[in-house]
Amino acid sequence: MPRLRKAVPGVDAKLLIKDAARLMPDPARRAFLRGAASLGALAFLTGCDIVDSLSAENALRKISHFNDGVQALLFNPNKLAPTYPESAVTKPFPFNGYYPEDEAPEVDGETYRFEVGGLVENKKSWTLDELRALPQERQITRLICVEGWSAIGDWTGVRLSEFLKRVGADTRAKYVWFQCAEGYSNTIDMPTALHPQTQMTLKFANEVLPRKYGFPMKIRMPTKLGFKNPKYVIAMQVTNKDLGGYWEDRGYNWFSGL
Amino acid sequence: MSTETADSPMIARLPAERAVIHPRWVRITHWINAVAMVVMIASGWRIYNASPLFPFVFPDSITIGGWLAGALDWHFAAMWLLVVNGLVYIGLGIAGGRFRRKLLPLRPGEVIADARAALTGRLSHVDLSVYNAVQKLLYLGVILAGVVIVLSGLAIWKPIQLQELTALFGGYEAARYVHFFAMVTIVGFLVLHVVMALLVPRSLRAMITGR
Repeated sequence: MPRLRKAVPGVDAKLLIKDAARLMPDPARRAFLRGAASLGALAFLTGCDIVDSLSAENALRKISHFNDGVQALLFNPNKLAPTYPESAVTKPFPFNGYYPEDEAPEVDGETYRFEVGGLVENKKSWTLDELRALPQERQITRLICVEGWSAIGDWTGVRLSEFLKRVGADTRAKYVWFQCAEGYSNTIDMPTALHPQTQMTLKFANEVLPRKYGFPMKIRMPTKLGFKNPKYVIAMQVTNKDLGGYWEDRGYNWFSGL
Repeated sequence: MSTETADSPMIARLPAERAVIHPRWVRITHWINAVAMVVMIASGWRIYNASPLFPFVFPDSITIGGWLAGALDWHFAAMWLLVVNGLVYIGLGIAGGRFRRKLLPLRPGEVIADARAALTGRLSHVDLSVYNAVQKLLYLGVILAGVVIVLSGLAIWKPIQLQELTALFGGYEAARYVHFFAMVTIVGFLVLHVVMALLVPRSLRAMITGR
């Protein structure tokens, strides 16, 4: 675990600072927000200690966390995302990330090893060929970005629940955490990890997953917003600890279910 | 003058110099709704700006949230206030008979006549307890827009768990447009509503003090 938690190369310091700065609204708006927050939040957080000390940001964090719970309750593990015909696939399917396309990680497929850790029986790492030898499934589903736009993509890969079974994962654990080559990461809830459409994607449009869509492996989950679908995935951990994620740690809603 | 002066027997018994126009529950839900709606609209504009449906964005200075994640937090916090308050308002409005008494019947002929009178400055606002046909249409319309904006919002928020609802709006992308135009309708109402309240300040007082 410590190996995976250390600072990762490839994260642009300037972008990081820009991200952090965006978390802070300007002072005037901040004051206004705080006023409006106490007005709004008070009305339905009666009994809470908001009056004493909580700032608007903290109140919003709490409500966002409450919304995680609501979303987990709304999540039906058997409800499938609608699928589409091949003709509906968005062309060109958009590249998206917090860096420009030409700065996307370049992972060497030859030396690639997918590391599996945490609450699993078999911690062996996997080569790309070994992953390709597992049963493959194809899905044409809609990816919905937190920004609002959506695009239909054509993904093929290994069902994550099948993989978890093969490595002897403790599926009573709460979370699955993914680590990506560029330092991106995600933690998802176990019910979503076990959803039949949650996939370790190795192909797009029946071709080897191109670099811009996350070579060598993306985790595709149509039941979550796009940013919860990590690309360039190099490691996975089954865990009872929420290890957070790139955007989640910066203020985006954790569950982000659809 | 109308005989519609009170909403409940209890209020009718009050030794009022002026009759109660808006009972307390209407005033409370009205102002909570005002706060919730302004937060929803201003944070919604910020969310819209992240991926605009049309070739324009809203100036950041009139949005809430500071950035996309902040706006989403505000939107999904105020949604509880809006929905819980809206359910109380609609529930009491239907159960107590206020909607039926105040907003119905709505006759197209009366709407046209009253609209003409309003535009030529001859529509009376002497008795604030009785709504003219244009008011009835606007208030019913904005309640309907409120229902549509909540349902289309749910369709966008949960397009898989509530996919039947999303399909009803014509799919995820179509539901975004429905949500947007419901906002436009509500903002249009809001502008007119505030202008009218300022033109007839007694109506604003009635929504604060009840009389």
